[in-house]
Amino acid sequence: MNVAPLGLAASALPAGVPAQRAQVSSGQLLTACRLAWEQDARLIALWASDERDRRRGFCIRVAVEDADGVTVLEHTLPDEGARYPDLTPIFPAANRMQRATYDLLGVAADADDQRPWLWLASWPIDQFPLRRDFVASEKWQAGQEEYDFVRVEGDGVHEIPVGPVHAGIIEPGHFRFQIVGEKVLRLEERLGYTHKGIEKRFESMPLLEGGALAGRVSGDSTVAYAWAYAQAVECIAGVAPPPRAAWLRALCLERERLANHLGDLGALGNDGGFAFGLAQFSRLRENVLRSNVAAFGHRLLMDVVVPGGVACDIAWEHVHLMRDEAERIAREITSLRDIYDDHPGLQDRFRGCGRVSPELATTLGLVGLAARASGIGRDVRCDFPCSPYDALGVKIAVDDGGDVAARVAVRFDEAIESTRLVIAITAALLDPQASGDVVVAIDGVAADRLALGYIEGWRGPVLVALESGRDGTIRRCHPHDPSWSNWPVIEHAVIGNIVPDFPLINKSFNLSYSGQDL
Amino acid sequence: MLHILRQIARVGIRTEPRPDPAIDDVAAARLQQDILRTLGRALAIRHVDAGSCNACELEAHALMNPYYNIEGLGIRFVASPRHADALLVTGPVSKHMAIALQRTYDATPEPKLVIAAGACACGTGIFSESYATVGAVDGLLPVDVRIPGCPPSPTALLQGILAAITVAAPPPLRIEPTIEKPESSQTL
Repeated sequence: MNVAPLGLAASALPAGVPAQRAQVSSGQLLTACRLAWEQDARLIALWASDERDRRRGFCIRVAVEDADGVTVLEHTLPDEGARYPDLTPIFPAANRMQRATYDLLGVAADADDQRPWLWLASWPIDQFPLRRDFVASEKWQAGQEEYDFVRVEGDGVHEIPVGPVHAGIIEPGHFRFQIVGEKVLRLEERLGYTHKGIEKRFESMPLLEGGALAGRVSGDSTVAYAWAYAQAVECIAGVAPPPRAAWLRALCLERERLANHLGDLGALGNDGGFAFGLAQFSRLRENVLRSNVAAFGHRLLMDVVVPGGVACDIAWEHVHLMRDEAERIAREITSLRDIYDDHPGLQDRFRGCGRVSPELATTLGLVGLAARASGIGRDVRCDFPCSPYDALGVKIAVDDGGDVAARVAVRFDEAIESTRLVIAITAALLDPQASGDVVVAIDGVAADRLALGYIEGWRGPVLVALESGRDGTIRRCHPHDPSWSNWPVIEHAVIGNIVPDFPLINKSFNLSYSGQDL
Repeated sequence: MLHILRQIARVGIRTEPRPDPAIDDVAAARLQQDILRTLGRALAIRHVDAGSCNACELEAHALMNPYYNIEGLGIRFVASPRHADALLVTGPVSKHMAIALQRTYDATPEPKLVIAAGACACGTGIFSESYATVGAVDGLLPVDVRIPGCPPSPTALLQGILAAITVAAPPPLRIEPTIEKPESSQTL
């Protein structure tokens, strides 16, 4: 975004995409966000850090993305008592990020909603884990909080609490439905159950080892996180991964996207009462994972992407196998798509269900796959292609239906596109000129440098904001999942739908609990 | 419809033979013969995610795909702890999930088994004990079987689950915090 109208000077920020940072005062933060919104920017992340050891109080960072790239607005709070302006009137998705920032750092926005978000009474409410003086060795008993759910009152209205333990093999979270008959009047989410102190854990790790943790923020997006983390480290160290490593990273990322889309397409068929779909797509997914383990040694590709490159090269025969497999899977997906499209029962469940209009999606700040299914054509791979995506030319998948059917359609399109990309990448890997090293050594990382990694995972853009400490340590790392922006939208998507359609709607988004609970 | 039938016929049956129970790789610690007599070889499992990153869940899901076909072995994942013989717990037990996990355990009828699945649940993962995590399932519940791996492959999960219903370790056996390879185990 252009910050010149505010009289601000932006400086370049090392990142995997075009990025800049700008210092804003308390009064300027809100104005800057409004300006960003007027320039069609969307909120990507909001996080804070304890800078009292530098006599800088606390620093709030707001990352927004527009057509020019990412802008990080930095605002310094002199002490814990000072508040920063509430950004929710401009970016509604800021609500939970602001509340989580208070839970972990004890600095609050000047907002009406001061309910905790990641705090569920497992540690004293006046202790803030991400402060530097937090005593990590202290032991506390888990307690129970009283959360102030918004209730709907009226004739025949009743409440259904669901979770945190759900009826399937799924991550934990609590959903509170207010319903009349079968119709959902209101849904309120209460997440945070998988909070395991990831950001605090980062602070105890060497910079070059943090990739393993980043790859475990959300296990289904391990490649996207590991790549975003590696990108941030490489920006701090000022090194570029070898060209072959970039191709291998893209191969892994597209295979991760393909595997997740295949899994979701099967699960969505199953949730629509079509078990055949689950059997077929879960078989294809298993095929992809089996070739992953044969080629890279891990079914989900954990720890393959490392700072500096990738952990291992791939054997020639596996490149051939992956190309043949991609061709085969593309044919199977096309055939299964015909079956889905022609199935009246399934289409009856999919169409018009859980609709998020393009206007609502823009207002609420929907991102990633779900946003593309609501007509918002943004994809980091297309908008700010890093190597090798600049050579691949990703075809973006957009559908403006906004319903479950649209999210299914975008998955089909993206899965097919990923098979095309896999074929293109294998061709590049087989080129004799593309052989060479797959990793460069990183030594001597400068201290106190901030850098961003930004990668389009299968669910949406994954941001890793990394600041180096002294002697190759991590000073602060904030991994940010697209689910932060998309969870609140599900609350809107289900309004007016019936309770039995909730699992289908929820699955059509398939958001991460672990990624946003941190 | 014809399209669907053609696809089914073309793909055929892909289910593979079941693997052998992981006598060597899984630490079966607490199993008693009478529990096994009650439960038999069929098992109803309630999965509880106690703070995992979702990778273990993906692999547990894979158990239901046509290759592993866990339901064909008489093992089902059930929707309520009231219907369960065993809990399959993943994750390092986030403190936020501790009460929910304890209540799920209490709601499971006796006799019951607890399977800790994945490195985090076994206490050997990247998330050790912290302000936010208990650190391992056995910090809260008695654990019968541990399945290592980050995440454990579907085969490893299946071997661990099969070990839970076919292997009885001779008592008394120490519960080790790390994965041990017992020298010999007795197969029922």
